[in-house]
Order: sequence, then C-alpha cells, then structure tokens
Amino acid sequence: MAEVIRAENLTRHFGDVVAVDGISFAAGAGEIFGFLGPNGAGKTTTQRMLTGALRPTSGSVWVLDHDMVQDPLGAKEHFGVVPEMANPYMEMSGWDNMMFAGELYGVSRGDRSSRSEQLLRQFGLWERHDSRVKGYSKGMKQRLMLAMALLHQPDILFLDEPTSGLDVASSRQIRATVRQFAADGGTVFYTTHNIEEANQLCNRVAIINQGEIVALDTPEALKAPFAESQSVVVAFIGQVPVAQLEVLPGVQRVQKEGDKFRLYTPQPGLVAEQVSELARQHNTHVLTINTLGPSLEDTFLKLTQRPTIQQGEASQ
Amino acid sequence: MKSFSRLWVVAKKNIRVYYLKGPVLIFGVFFPAFLFFAFAIGRHLPARDLVPGLIGMAIFFTASAITPAIIPFETRTRTLERLLVAPLTISSMLAGDILAAFMFGLFVSIIPILISVLVIGVSIAHPLIFVITIILAAGCFAILGTLFAVPVTDIPADVMMLSNLVRLPLIFFSGVFMPIEQMPQWGQWLSVISPLTYCTELIRYSSIGGNHFAPATSLTILIGFTLALWILSIRLHQRNMSRRLAL
Ligand SMILES: Nc1ncnc2c1ncn2[C@@H]1O[C@H](COP(=O)(O)OP(=O)(O)OP(=O)(O)O)[C@@H](O)[C@H]1O
Ligand SMILES: [Mg+2]
Repeated sequence: MAEVIRAENLTRHFGDVVAVDGISFAAGAGEIFGFLGPNGAGKTTTQRMLTGALRPTSGSVWVLDHDMVQDPLGAKEHFGVVPEMANPYMEMSGWDNMMFAGELYGVSRGDRSSRSEQLLRQFGLWERHDSRVKGYSKGMKQRLMLAMALLHQPDILFLDEPTSGLDVASSRQIRATVRQFAADGGTVFYTTHNIEEANQLCNRVAIINQGEIVALDTPEALKAPFAESQSVVVAFIGQVPVAQLEVLPGVQRVQKEGDKFRLYTPQPGLVAEQVSELARQHNTHVLTINTLGPSLEDTFLKLTQRPTIQQGEASQ
Repeated sequence: MKSFSRLWVVAKKNIRVYYLKGPVLIFGVFFPAFLFFAFAIGRHLPARDLVPGLIGMAIFFTASAITPAIIPFETRTRTLERLLVAPLTISSMLAGDILAAFMFGLFVSIIPILISVLVIGVSIAHPLIFVITIILAAGCFAILGTLFAVPVTDIPADVMMLSNLVRLPLIFFSGVFMPIEQMPQWGQWLSVISPLTYCTELIRYSSIGGNHFAPATSLTILIGFTLALWILSIRLHQRNMSRRLAL
C-alpha cells in the first residue's frame, strides 16, 4: 500500500494543554481512514495539522510525499477539505462559491462550470444554485462545502465530522459520496465521533483519546476482544419488569434502549428462549427480537473511558 | 503566475463580499466626507487650498477601510480555514485583501479628484507625480489597514475602533487641514512619522503647488513606508493567523 498520508510523532501543544500527543499513522490510496474520538480528543487539531492550517509543535506530516511544513502548497492542490464548522460565503450564491473554489484551485473555466453543475445536481442543490447561501439549510451548506472540496478532483479528502447535525438523507448522501470517492482510488481521512458511522464506512479506524491513538485497526479487529459480549435486543408488546430480565440465567446486564431492552450475554440463544417464556408468563408477546455481535461502541467506550489505557490493551 | 492569479481570485471575492459591508462604507466613505465638510464650512479658505487635504484624506480613509474588516469577518463567518487549507500562501492571501482595498481606494478617490478638477477648477501641474502619488498612497494605506487586523479577534467592530483610534489623530498632523509649515512646532515634529504627510505633500506639490519637503524626499519616504508596512504586516499575520481558528 503506497502511503498517501503519513504522520510521525505528531504533537501540538496549546500553552499547557497537550491537544495531540505524539501520534503516528499512515493511510493509503483507496482507503477510508476513520479518526474516531470523544469531544476534545484532538481530532480537529490533528486534521488542521494534516491540512496545513496549523503548525505542529513537533513531529511531521507528509501528504503525497510533500512535507506539510516545508512544502505545503505542493500538497494542498491535491486535497479537498471540509473543516469542522466552516462555512461557504453567505453573501454569495452557491454557484459563485463553486466558481470561487474552482478558481482558487486553478480549475479551468470550462471544467469549473461543467463540474459545478454536475456536483450541484448530484447534491440536490441545483434548484437553488443562484440564490445566496445565507438562505440555505445546514445540510445544504454542508453539501455545498463537500461539492466545493470535490470540484478540483482531488486525490485526498479530509472531512471533519461532515455529517454532524445533518438529517439521515443528507448524512447518507455524504457517506455514499465518500464511498464512491474511495472506490475510485481516492484517500479519505474521516473524522467522526459517530461510532456506527466509522464502523460502516471505514477500512481502518484510529481511536484517539486525550491526544493519543489508543487503538488502530479494522473495525472488525477492534471489536474482536469483545467477542464474548454478545447481546439480545428485545421489544415487548406489553410490560415486562426489568428486574425479572436482569435475573434470567446467562444475562450479565440489561440496558434499556428506547422501547427495547438490550441483554448482554455469552449465550444469546438460551436468553432468547427465556425471554419469550417470560413474556408468556406476563400474558404478553415479544414484538421483535435480535441477537447482536459485539459492537465497536464497546471497544470505544472501553478505550476512551479510562485515561490511562495503553495501546496494547485493544488487542488483548 | 499561479500565485498572482490566486491573489486576484481572493481580491475578486473581497470585492463581492466586503465592498458593501456597513463599517466599510461608514468609516471609509461617509465619515471622512462629513469630517471634511465640517472642517471646510467652519473656515474661510479659498476652495483650491482645500484640495490636497480633500484628496489626501479621501484616499487615506477609503484605501484603509476594507483591509481591517476582512480578516475578522472571515474569522467570524468561519470562512478563514478554507483559505488556510487552499493552495495559497498567507502573503498572497494578504495581497489579495490589499489589492481589493487598493482598488476601492482608487475608485472612490476619483470622486474628490473630479470635484477638484471640474468643480473647483484646479489644474494638475505635475500629472505624472500626481498619478504616481495616488497609486502609491492607495497601496500604502491599504497595507496600513492590514496592520489594524493583526490582533486576533472575530469582532470587526474592535478592529474598526482600533483603526479609527490611529487614523483620526493622524489626519490632524499630516497636512490635511493646513500645510505642514503652518502647523505648530510640535505638530511638525509629529507629522514626520505619518505616511499621510508625504501623500498630502506630494498631492499639494503636483496640483496647487507648494511643498515643505522636497518631492523626491516625500516620494522616497512614501515608498519606504509602503515596503516596511508590507514586511511588518506579513510577519505579524503569519505569526497570528492560525490562532484565529480557536475563536
Ligand atoms: N486553538 C486552540 N487554542 C487552545 N486550545 C485548543 C485550541 N484548539 C484546540 N484546543 C484544545 O485542544 C484539545 C483538543 O481539541 P480538538 O478541537 O482537537 O478536539 P476534537 O477531538 O476535535 O473535539 P470535538 O469532538 O469536540 O470536535 C481541547 O482540549 C481543546 O480545548
Ligand atoms: Mg473537532
């Protein structure tokens, strides 16, 4: 795998705060590299150093073999960025924002127009391309930001929580675009705190906590240490007391999830049988029942809850 | 070539987004116009004696009106980070801001120049020096404007206040309201440190005639100010730029 993005011992201090603490990783062509962490973990700071918006305190970043401190311009032409909480120009129309982005990256006049129209149509913005961005919804602005980042046909995309706060349809569309981009050979650095999103989308995920990478692997491998923590998710038509679910043989703990209960157990089959028996005793029925494997959430919580966890623990 | 075309892209964006912002029009156009009329009405000077001050003040206020506003606005509206990750150096970004401000200064200053020539009937004695001065001064004051935006803030009003705190006192000892040689001694001392002094001196020399400093001296010093302010501005902005992302 040819390395497209490489970080070595990347560190950033803000006064006494160590926002990013000596992280190293590499991402290759065609890869969606997930960067997952809780609030304040150092995700945005890392992306800013990778994209040349912020200088590292120490350590280095190479993007397509350009050193981001020595030669940022060489690399910048080859990537598109959607920063966290960034905006298009509100006073300009969607179309004019696209033209501005295209010119900034030296896209020729003809390509600028044809690709802009194609991208704006693809992102459902074509009907409003002539109106000012001021009147766009949050999702429209974010889709426009992504369209602007894609206009110059970059090799790499850096996205900082691109779906945060968006509705299902907009989020899906952004994820579909990201998948297609990677399938065409592009590299994506995808920052998120949405575990399920990282699980579905990314080839590999780095979990960052308090400025350090505490685990880095494929989503399945990250879940592996938790193979024993399977669960049964059940919804009843009537009422069943939680206390009685908790004492069923084989159930380790019960968590209420909306109108459902999640029962953690190493023996999901046995528990499923007992649950339906219990329902019958209460003169009610099971509405739905599912058995689930370990989730990335388990790994994430384990690794990010305690501050002193070491990298090795993820694979134990 | 590449960096010049990108600088022009930034300048065009500034023209669209910032020319009509409230603070720019208020402090760049209306404010100096009222200030000037307030002064002119209270005195009984022949109109032609007011011309160098009128043109000097116009170019000073208009050219330095836009550059302070751009960076705090970009910080506030969260459009700055996109520029920082684009293939653009901080100096070409600044140059794009300066170019937009320079053009604004030139365009708006045409109005008092036309009034001076067509209405007041002043003839330009040294057209070449006059034109060079106008262009150089617009550039110098546009760069001066970027320095007001050095403090890290996302509140454009803070920067406008700072810029007026510096610009207002400057006009009183820069030969705008009276020629340098008629000012009290302490005013003459102070006038030396103001780039506007050399601008009004050169405009006076090349239009109605008269000068306190030799024109060549004024021109050299104005060029010196322009270069020094440019270098200072790049240094300070390079140091502060990424801190704006934390706001
Ligand atoms: N410019 C800055 N100045 C001072 N401290 C900063 C700055 N940027 C980030 N920090 C601090 O660095 C730490 C990491 O912040 P960062 O924004 O990178 O986290 P994050 O993982 O992106 O969080 P979130 O999920 O909330 O976006 C935080 O403690 C934050 O307060
Ligand atoms: Mg963040």
